[in-house]
Amino acid sequence: MEAHAVNPWVAVAYLIAGVCFILALRGLSSPATSRSGNRYGMIGMTIAVLTTLLTHVPVLGPPDPDLLVEIWVFDKVTIVEILAAIAIGAIIGLTTARRIAMTAMPQLVAAFHSLVGLAAVLVGLAAWLNPGAFGILDDAGQIFLPSRIEMSLGIAIGAITFSGSVIAFLKLNGNMSGAPILLPARHVINFGVLAAIIGLIGAYVLSDAGGPGEGLLIVWITLAAFAVGFLLIIPIGGADMPVVVSMLNSYSGWAAAAMGFTLHNTAMIITGALVGSSGAILSYIMCKAMNRSFISVIAGGFGADAGGAGEGGAKEQRPWKRGSAEDAAFLMKEAENVIIIPGYGMAVAQAQHALREMTDLLKEHGVNVKFAIHPVAGRMPGHMNVLLAEASVPYDEVFELEDINSEFAQADVAFIIGANDVVNPAAKTDKSSPIYGMPVFDVDKAKTIFFIKRSMGGQGYAGVDNDVFYMDQTMMLLSDAKKMVEEINKSLTD
Amino acid sequence: MDFISILSIFVLACCVGYYVVWSVTPALHTPLMAVTNAISSVIVVGALIAAAAAGVPGAKWLGLGAVVLASVNIFGGFAVTERMLAMYKKKDKPGAGKAGK
Repeated sequence: MEAHAVNPWVAVAYLIAGVCFILALRGLSSPATSRSGNRYGMIGMTIAVLTTLLTHVPVLGPPDPDLLVEIWVFDKVTIVEILAAIAIGAIIGLTTARRIAMTAMPQLVAAFHSLVGLAAVLVGLAAWLNPGAFGILDDAGQIFLPSRIEMSLGIAIGAITFSGSVIAFLKLNGNMSGAPILLPARHVINFGVLAAIIGLIGAYVLSDAGGPGEGLLIVWITLAAFAVGFLLIIPIGGADMPVVVSMLNSYSGWAAAAMGFTLHNTAMIITGALVGSSGAILSYIMCKAMNRSFISVIAGGFGADAGGAGEGGAKEQRPWKRGSAEDAAFLMKEAENVIIIPGYGMAVAQAQHALREMTDLLKEHGVNVKFAIHPVAGRMPGHMNVLLAEASVPYDEVFELEDINSEFAQADVAFIIGANDVVNPAAKTDKSSPIYGMPVFDVDKAKTIFFIKRSMGGQGYAGVDNDVFYMDQTMMLLSDAKKMVEEINKSLTD
Repeated sequence: MDFISILSIFVLACCVGYYVVWSVTPALHTPLMAVTNAISSVIVVGALIAAAAAGVPGAKWLGLGAVVLASVNIFGGFAVTERMLAMYKKKDKPGAGKAGK
């Protein structure tokens, strides 16, 4: 039972690490305390790693006098190997963290999730091959029954997290089309494989082959779980990615918690529970912000069906007005209140810096500028806030949907850049619309609307036409978002 | 530790997680995901145990592999969170935007 923290100080150390992780999340309640929160996270991780190294690598801890020579030689190699492994990881991690563009955060987070998932699978398989080291062997040389459940669950969740995150990464990174890929009878296949995993876990838990590395059931569980992760994510479209990324975040937590149960490790259990609930809450917030049930997001196919219907329907030609950069510059300069609504299109066009410049110029003209952010804007929760922060937009000028929506009635200009569905009034009025019930910005209450869009042809991800295009007070600015904002800036400085 | 104590820790931690995460401001949801990512790499504890254990070379190499993966996440996750959080700034001059009204 060496892994089961015999020394009370070891248990206390892991508990302190767990508390540090709680404080890390607590710090994020406001940007002012967030950085000290992150430090707590680092301290917690350092405590957890050092405690494990001191208790499990004998070259650092008190050596066993009987085996001194043998272990000394062997473990010197081990500690060097471990430090080398950490160093390799550190170099890759730090280089990536430093170089990554803020617009690429969603794919980076997806990639990181996949690593946690794969690490959980490897640890689970290692526990299966060498259960003695993890203290989960009984006197008969069999792995404890509860440990078998925890271990196989940890492997299964980890494998789903891994393959799901890899697909999410490929979609977000553009290596794979963001459009949903719909296999025939996919629900039947998914349920079949899921049921198979549960059956395999049950069979493994009850089987006689409970010794170290015995039987191939664990391998089958791993492979089936890899398949489920893959099958679950391929039918989910680009606009639903915020939910997927949050969901995988949650899974990576549950995988860590399951391994924590196997190892009886408090730090892992607390962290797993925190991360698991965090991801679950974020998924819930995202679903609510789209007025969609979690089940319907996971069932997938959103965007594909609606897009097909849109093409089939007879499109009437409705009149719309085209505006120019000069119009926008003139009207906004004269305005008192301007509200800017950024969306994923702004991120794609990398227009955030030009946009910040525009707000600076407007402020010089005495205009009161605010940013309005929808919970599902971008490809992950809070994506727009990070991009605006990167462009040095102060966070107290950025507002959430419910805080700013009442202000559109007093706004002279609503400036929509790269957003579409989140300003579509059909969500409030048209019961047949696929986005009906989704909370949206009341931009129609603003005196003038500027809508930056590439062309009149393309529609939002939901594939629905937007009445805002055709309103009397709307002027369409048809261009690349960044180019258009730069032109507006030029007119503002002239 | 018996199963019930572990389960109690888990359930209570879920409750703490629930309240703590709801108190996170939506503006920081991306850093939240990055930092939860970094801390879920505490799975490195299991990886280190596997890597340090003698006897089964297969398990040791799996452990070392997991140490590399988790380390990428720990260092990368905390560093990218730090980088993001450093960008969140308050207005330089409070009320400057309204001054010209």
